Amino acid sequence: MTLLRRNWPWLVALAVLLAFPFLFYDWTRGRHSGFALTLMSEIGVMAIFALSYNMLLGQAGLLSFGHAVLFGLGAYCAAHTVNLVKAGTIWLPTELVPLAGGLGGLFFGFVLGWLVTKQRATAFAMITLGLGELVSAAALMFMGFFGGEGGITIDRVMDTSLLGVRYTSPWQVYCLVLGWAFVAAVLMRLQMQTPLGRMANATRDNFERAQFVGYDPRRVRWMQFTLAGFFAGVGGGLYVMIYEIVTFDTVSAVKSANALLAVYIGGAGAFFGPVLGTIVVVLLQSGVSLLSNAWLLYVGVLFIVMVMYAPVGLAGLIGMHAPLWRTGRLRELLLPYLRALPPALMLFLGFVLLVELTSFTTIGAAQGKRFAIGGQTIDTTSPLPWAIAVAALGVGAFWLRREAHAFRLRWDALMEDAKRQAGAP
Amino acid sequence: MEVFVVSLLNGLVYGMLLFMLASGLTLIFSMMGVLNFAHASVYMLGAYFAYTISLYVGFWPALILAPLLCGLIGAAIEMWGLRRVHRHGHVAELLLTFGLALIIEKVVQMTWGLLPVPYRIPELLDFPLFRVYGTQFPAYRAFMLLISALMFGAIWLGLRRTRVGLVIQAALTHPEMASALGHNVPRIFTLVFAAGTALAGLAGVIGGNYQVTEPAMAFTMGPIVFVVVVFGGLGSLTGCFIASIFMGLIQTFAVVFDVSLADLLAQFGIAVTASTPFAEVLNVTLPRIGALLPFLLMVLILVFRPRGLMGTRDT
Amino acid sequence: MRVRNGISILLGLMLAMAGMAAASAQQTIKVAYTDPLSGPFAQVGDANLKQMQYIIDFINAKGGALGKKFELVPFDNKSQPSDALIALKSATDQNMPFIMQCSGSNIAAALIDGVNKHNDRNPDNRIIYLNCGAVAPELTNEQCSFWHFRFDLHAAMKAEVMVRALPKDTTKVYLINQDYLFGQSVQRELKTYLTKLRPDVQIVGDELIPLGKIKDFSPYITKIKASGAQALMTGNWGPDMNLLIKAGIDAGADLRYYTFYAHLAGGPTAIGAGGENRVLSVMPFSENVSVETGNKEAEAFTKGFRDKHKFDFTSAGFRTIFEYLQAAVNKAGALDATKIAYALEGMSIRDFLGFETTMRKADHQLIGEYFVGTFKKGVKYDAEGTGLGWATTATILAKDIDQPNSCKMKRP
Repeated sequence: MTLLRRNWPWLVALAVLLAFPFLFYDWTRGRHSGFALTLMSEIGVMAIFALSYNMLLGQAGLLSFGHAVLFGLGAYCAAHTVNLVKAGTIWLPTELVPLAGGLGGLFFGFVLGWLVTKQRATAFAMITLGLGELVSAAALMFMGFFGGEGGITIDRVMDTSLLGVRYTSPWQVYCLVLGWAFVAAVLMRLQMQTPLGRMANATRDNFERAQFVGYDPRRVRWMQFTLAGFFAGVGGGLYVMIYEIVTFDTVSAVKSANALLAVYIGGAGAFFGPVLGTIVVVLLQSGVSLLSNAWLLYVGVLFIVMVMYAPVGLAGLIGMHAPLWRTGRLRELLLPYLRALPPALMLFLGFVLLVELTSFTTIGAAQGKRFAIGGQTIDTTSPLPWAIAVAALGVGAFWLRREAHAFRLRWDALMEDAKRQAGAP
Repeated sequence: MEVFVVSLLNGLVYGMLLFMLASGLTLIFSMMGVLNFAHASVYMLGAYFAYTISLYVGFWPALILAPLLCGLIGAAIEMWGLRRVHRHGHVAELLLTFGLALIIEKVVQMTWGLLPVPYRIPELLDFPLFRVYGTQFPAYRAFMLLISALMFGAIWLGLRRTRVGLVIQAALTHPEMASALGHNVPRIFTLVFAAGTALAGLAGVIGGNYQVTEPAMAFTMGPIVFVVVVFGGLGSLTGCFIASIFMGLIQTFAVVFDVSLADLLAQFGIAVTASTPFAEVLNVTLPRIGALLPFLLMVLILVFRPRGLMGTRDT
Repeated sequence: MRVRNGISILLGLMLAMAGMAAASAQQTIKVAYTDPLSGPFAQVGDANLKQMQYIIDFINAKGGALGKKFELVPFDNKSQPSDALIALKSATDQNMPFIMQCSGSNIAAALIDGVNKHNDRNPDNRIIYLNCGAVAPELTNEQCSFWHFRFDLHAAMKAEVMVRALPKDTTKVYLINQDYLFGQSVQRELKTYLTKLRPDVQIVGDELIPLGKIKDFSPYITKIKASGAQALMTGNWGPDMNLLIKAGIDAGADLRYYTFYAHLAGGPTAIGAGGENRVLSVMPFSENVSVETGNKEAEAFTKGFRDKHKFDFTSAGFRTIFEYLQAAVNKAGALDATKIAYALEGMSIRDFLGFETTMRKADHQLIGEYFVGTFKKGVKYDAEGTGLGWATTATILAKDIDQPNSCKMKRP
């Protein structure tokens, strides 16, 4: 019962995630939105991947540029396993396919980890960069294991399900992803409290002292890397179940970079930070890219804004409110937040309008697109929209500066109070 | 012999091109410790600036102006971006430059279009300088060799023999002490970063018409530059120079030797057939993986000698 | 007052961006189109999109199909198979009957597989995959599918075209290809057809290079020169092709370059005037074909695009795709993927250049004419303002490249 009381946020999250796809349910045709479900499954997979990446970056302080190698190799292992199961060579329940991916990731994490974890810090980062390049080049060159450019395809509909589910619909796969993501997240959370997890923190924070305690930091890194490989491989196995294909892109540097971005945007300091970050990154990539071909520019700006103004990540920002929440004075921030909203919105929309106008005059127009707002086509050659964009940008920036200052004062005062309250018996 | 001489020349030219790119990154990455992912993007900007400037006033002014512009951009990045995030550590700096790389790519696409631009070699240098065994050696390549040799000399002398250079070295290794002695350390950081980006811009001016000036050029040039710098060893300009030439030569000569592991095994009387385990890997010939050798070498050197070829400290 | 207006316009923008993705009028025949539209390879999708848009407007002006207009719905796949599959989901959610993709056989393989499975599992909501440029031969052989129609020649056929266009006095050739599925199959097929059609030709060198990793091709040129080759045959694309040709020109090598992709957007600019009379490309279309054959109507059609966009119309051949769609939808009489697919099979059309084309029933591979162009001065329509353009040196007719296939088509 205490377990339930302490862990209720997990259960609430699970329930919400199960219910969420029904918001996109197409009632007239009586079917789920495949797009929404696939996108959410993608978020689930990438969340596992980002969490496993955080086992390296957040927990052990290891910056890797090649984590996708483990993800991708796990995915290839899972794909080969499924094909063996289909051929009748081995027997494995459908639900355990991600485990096959995980074991693949564990194996390669162990083998590659031996090489990689000989160093730490920048040398570690550079070794992973080199390994990532080598493996992604190999994935194109060798047909046997990687299947060349076409990759390895599978059919996820097998007759070996423990639950009697055939996984023909995206909804069933989504449930599978959700289940595994949940299990993997719990395991990774628990791993943080094991001696290994603690020692990883120690080697991150003070390398020399960790050595004095009697632990071999190299070995800690290696074990941590191997375990991270396992969870990345689980993600890879789920990836195969969603897309039913695995290609060389899964081991590429782009995928590795995505994990790094998700972890940093979400916040490496909090356990759920990477999950938040993943949601933002995937929505930007797969959602905003449908709306605007300048989406990469927005991604770039978002990173810079995050790095400059919120280096603790989204989870860190939320966490900063914790003292106020405990003292029950969070309410008092509502008004300052509301006051900062219009200028922030104005700044944001002015910027978006400006970028879109530029993008439409130089690239979009040639692609035969129209720049339409609410059904009304906007003439990008007339000065009015440009003037509005620049004005909104300027006024928004100026106004936001003033509001931010006021907000800062209020925040400092509240925090001071909270500290005093916490200090008082 | 013929192939050997020509390959030697080719390798030297390619190595020098690598050095032009890597020298700027050596200042930024190996001296300041900033993992600058936007370095290749500035290289691209240099090429595009030079293209536009050369449309109006010709190539020679562009050779000066484009790197200056890039240097100014670099200074702005350092002053308003990197300096703020410096205290949050290397990952923050890296992400800042990563974001910048994305923005620069998109801005280049929006300004100059998605297709390559016709940035050409100046007519003055567009002739074959001499012939080696029937192969032309274009004058522009000689010009590239000259410029990069000048670059190496100038940076080396600048760092070693001038007062500014000594202050820079002091500020990079012992910022507090240099600051206590009355030097403006933040300004020195800005200066070094600006110099590094200006060098990348210069490499863009020279490399842009030698190769192809297009929005993908940053994307393809990115990783190899890091490899050269790390292989040469952090903090060492000479190491970077040697590594560049070495990487150029090794890739060039890898193309010449048509051997595979299977051939090597055959020397020992082991025949590799289609049924041998890993036959696919064993049958890969050296030219097929020539361009991957730098990555392999970097991994190996880091594993066994983390300070690289001539580094002054561990990577 | 003005500020408030501005704010309301800005707020409208948010709503509009949400609305843009949502389905608009149901009265159009939607064709989902997915290719890289952002990132370093954006020019591929961008160039195709422009040209298809022009063609669709033209087809719609001629009545569309079943009284409905065609509408192109672009999805950015960022060269990632997973994003292409998400686009496929989006297309099937909106009951679009077609999804089109031109670039990358890895994405094509993912889409064929994805479409097969989707159509099996959702018989009430099927979709047809129109392949406008992914050329791995496997896609219409081992992996062939009833739902997949390829409107470009596959690599083996292109290789045959290239071999057929090789002049009689060329007896020594060198092969360089990229080390992945596509490059490897070009290498294999070039060898096959050289042995079969030109036993007099000697292959003096055969090389695979890692994809997109080489920055300096001079060592290869040295090797090629040493081998005494007269012609270089390559399936390379992008920087791997541009840099190879540039290095050859710089070294003053006396070579002719037989390529698959030199004519595509960006190629002529990168190669420049040095490629005159040296660079040849295997292409489905060139704007000068209609001039050479005196086809005024076709010339007017392609010139219209050039006037409108100040951009080369390299892919006017896409018009054939939409003419097939128009005819097939009209023949099927309904927007039903199965019926349209049956209508498309075995259909024959005389294309706008006046050549016979057929969508082969056995493997859903379009067989049509193909050209080999030489990059030279003095043509009517130059390429990318370089002053040089593609003059047709060989026209290979459909009957010459009607290669056999190993497809075992499963029909619903």
